[in-house]
Amino acid sequence: MHRIVSKKQLSEEVFRITVEAPYIAEARKPGQFVIVQRNSDYAERIPLTIADADPIRGTITLIFQTVGKSTHKLAELEVGQYIQNILGPLGRPTHIERFGRVVCVGGGIGAAPMYPIAQAMKQAGNHLIVILGARTKELLIMEEEMRAIADELIVVTDDGSYGRKALVTEPLKELCQASPRPDCVVAIGPPIMMKFCAETTRPFGIKTIVSLNTIMIDGTGMCGGCRVTVGEETKFVCVDGPEFDGHLVDFNNMMLRLSAYKEIEQKAHEECHLEMKLKEMNSAKGKGNP
Amino acid sequence: MIDTTKKLTPKERLAIPPQEMPAQDPIARRRNMEEVALGYSEEQARLEALRCLQCKNAPCIPSCPVRIDIPGFIAQIAEGNYKEALTILRESNLFPAICGRVCPQEVQCQSTCTVGRSLKDIDKAVSIGRLERFAADWERLHGELEVPPVKPSTGKRVAIIGSGPAGLAAAADLAKEGHQVTIFEAFHKPGGVMIYGIPEFRLPKAIVQREIEILERMGVKIITNFLVGRTRSLRDLLEKDGFDAIFIGSGAGLPKFMGIPGENLVGVFSANEYLTRANLMKAYEKGKADTPIYPAKRVAVLGGGNVAMDAARMAVRLGAEEVFVIYRRTEKEMPARVEEVAHAKEEGVIFRFLENAKRILGDEKSRVIGIECLSYQLGEPDASGRRRPVEIPGSEHVIEVDSVIVAIGNESHPLLLQTNPEIAVDKHGHIITDETGKTSMDRVYAGGDIVLGSATVILAMGQGRRAAASIHNFLMGNS
Ligand SMILES: Cc1cc2nc3c(=O)[nH]c(=O)nc-3n(C[C@H](O)[C@H](O)[C@H](O)COP(=O)(O)OP(=O)(O)OC[C@H]3O[C@@H](n4cnc5c(N)ncnc54)[C@H](O)[C@@H]3O)c2cc1C
Ligand SMILES: Cc1cc2nc3c(=O)[nH]c(=O)nc-3n(C[C@H](O)[C@H](O)[C@H](O)COP(=O)(O)OP(=O)(O)OC[C@H]3O[C@@H](n4cnc5c(N)ncnc54)[C@H](O)[C@@H]3O)c2cc1C
Ligand code: SF4
Ligand code: SF4
Ligand code: FES
Repeated sequence: MHRIVSKKQLSEEVFRITVEAPYIAEARKPGQFVIVQRNSDYAERIPLTIADADPIRGTITLIFQTVGKSTHKLAELEVGQYIQNILGPLGRPTHIERFGRVVCVGGGIGAAPMYPIAQAMKQAGNHLIVILGARTKELLIMEEEMRAIADELIVVTDDGSYGRKALVTEPLKELCQASPRPDCVVAIGPPIMMKFCAETTRPFGIKTIVSLNTIMIDGTGMCGGCRVTVGEETKFVCVDGPEFDGHLVDFNNMMLRLSAYKEIEQKAHEECHLEMKLKEMNSAKGKGNP
Repeated sequence: MIDTTKKLTPKERLAIPPQEMPAQDPIARRRNMEEVALGYSEEQARLEALRCLQCKNAPCIPSCPVRIDIPGFIAQIAEGNYKEALTILRESNLFPAICGRVCPQEVQCQSTCTVGRSLKDIDKAVSIGRLERFAADWERLHGELEVPPVKPSTGKRVAIIGSGPAGLAAAADLAKEGHQVTIFEAFHKPGGVMIYGIPEFRLPKAIVQREIEILERMGVKIITNFLVGRTRSLRDLLEKDGFDAIFIGSGAGLPKFMGIPGENLVGVFSANEYLTRANLMKAYEKGKADTPIYPAKRVAVLGGGNVAMDAARMAVRLGAEEVFVIYRRTEKEMPARVEEVAHAKEEGVIFRFLENAKRILGDEKSRVIGIECLSYQLGEPDASGRRRPVEIPGSEHVIEVDSVIVAIGNESHPLLLQTNPEIAVDKHGHIITDETGKTSMDRVYAGGDIVLGSATVILAMGQGRRAAASIHNFLMGNS
């Protein structure tokens, strides 16, 4: 059982929670993730990156976006309540080294898993450039945290409501064209963003690492549900990844595999919203007639 | 009616018809998850028990991997002493309710039974497994949950990695000797394949949970959501956490794929994934479970073992209209238990023998729409003595399906070994142990599928017990 010790809503759809998980807090390294399951009976197991950890207090921090039923249900939990199961740390840690100039691209919720990696890259002595992108201002997260560690921070929004009006690939391309060129790019965000980041750096031959967010069940290498095609090979994201060479990943296949349960998920998501509405209405009613 | 009070002659015993196990109606069970085989009634059990000739040399005993005193427990059932029967069973087998259900008896204990031999039909052997199940179920339904006595604490601590049959059996024996045992399990529920792989309709989860409850009452601590190798290393367990010895029973959890084109299309699953979604995550309880399962109408299952049967029968229950099992040899060579194959057929699973998948076909959205197969014929026997299937050139044909489940077996789980290179493994990734279960790493023992490759529940238990005995010797300093 893992008690939630703090909770904060970062944007309309994004929540940050800190939970007790002493073993994981002690063992985790940047780039690793956990599998979270609200309860053992009927809840789904969902992968979330460890955004931060405090080994002394024995807590880990998770930042997640409410995209479907399981993330919504997670967002309903309040401080003092418990998550029954958290497994981790999973996946291989990020390969951190002194590359020279490192560009970290965080798109949407991807800024959260990017944070510990950017932190470690900075600590390793790299010149750290961070590109943060979001659809709109309200959805931008981690700006303050990133600003504190980055040598350069570039913020873009799709609609121009904050920072520069652009997609993350635009400043990325400019950085690749400039001199000195980046020695390594790390991109985390929606699959489509990672795909285009990899396409942007490909002509420049700049090493590009992406962190894949496939569907997972066990997270221990036992089901194969998370498999992706990398180069000519099939890899399991949970044990071989989650990070891979972006120039070798078959993103199209990965995106299609992510949509395997789309209809069922959408229905569950809608029902979940309906339920939340009903709850809200009932509690409003309750207040109206004591 | 046979008079059970007087001594029967062997001839009379052989004349008793083999007792069929009642089963749920195939039409009804196609759509429910409840257990298929219903178990003997008391009367049936006693009749079946009377079929045993009580052979002096008991050829059945050496064919049971844990050498149960088979005539001994059967004689007690014949007398109506079910509790005594169970006591005899438990001397060698900690989990008779499980083994009675899932052991491949026809290739183990029942394969050498004198009755089957005399009647020239192995299917007419004494139903040892069913009787074992009967005795265990009888206690479960009539008795209190009995916790075996535990010796005074030795102060020694043993870590067990994995809560499959190997780990549970090792834990039970070590706890009885008074050692403090902690089981570490990666999943959120203990039981290994018995919980996530073998479906409810073949092995009700309540039975496995009861065995685990007994262990907990014996003082065994179970820590779930703990992946040794990631959450903590083997070294940490020994050095930081102060365990005196470790038993690894991490199983053969790595799903094999065929390596054919189309295997990463949407709608292709390993049997592990499919069964885990269905069993462990309870995806079959639609409306309750959050974990989705692919809504498939026409399913191809590749493989011919127990895993393939389980996947096929699960697909039927989850609403598939047609389920094909595609196997490249013939029924005779299929490694699945005969009973499971028979049950699958009754439930409408369609067997396509002498065929093998060549590639999986998808539509523009990468969703499975069919599987291209080749036909085979049997050629010369290979190293295993089975006739080798040879493909017939130009025999390509397409079976229309919307989902493919790959059930061609599992390999050893690599994670723990990747993170602990000091443990010696063979070329298949199986841990190498000596005859006592000891690995190349000091104080570390192993058993079950991680040592044997994909084996059976009873073999895994046997290995767990063997290692427990040597760990006990080692801890008490008399090895
Ligand atoms: C290694 C790893 C690390 C991750 N880290 C984080 C994290 O730190 N924060 C976070 O918010 N999410 C993270 N994710 C994604 C997260 O696991 C999913 O968003 C979550 O499982 C969705 O569950 P759900 O039931 O709420 O939504 P679902 O109902 O399952 O999905 C809702 C919608 O989101 C889409 N979707 C489903 N899964 C994903 C996915 N993995 N990526 C993108 N879209 C998806 C579906 O296609 C669907 O349209 C990570 C995924 C992986 C594999
Ligand atoms: C679908 C299916 C059907 C089968 N049907 C039959 C049958 O009818 N009859 C029969 O006799 N046999 C059957 N088998 C085979 C039988 O289940 C196995 O031989 C047996 O379960 C092996 O036991 P084990 O204890 O070695 O490992 P497992 O049962 O595989 O258990 C290993 C456990 O270790 C855990 N684990 C792995 N790595 C770690 C780690 N690093 N840290 C913590 N925990 C870890 C796993 O999560 C798992 O729970 C079947 C197998 C399958 C897959
Ligand atoms: S444990 Fe298995 S092999 Fe041994 S007697 Fe029982 S059913 Fe037969
Ligand atoms: S071989 Fe058959 S008949 Fe003989 S003792 Fe064993 S079970 Fe009974
Ligand atoms: S999530 Fe099951 S193998 Fe990766």
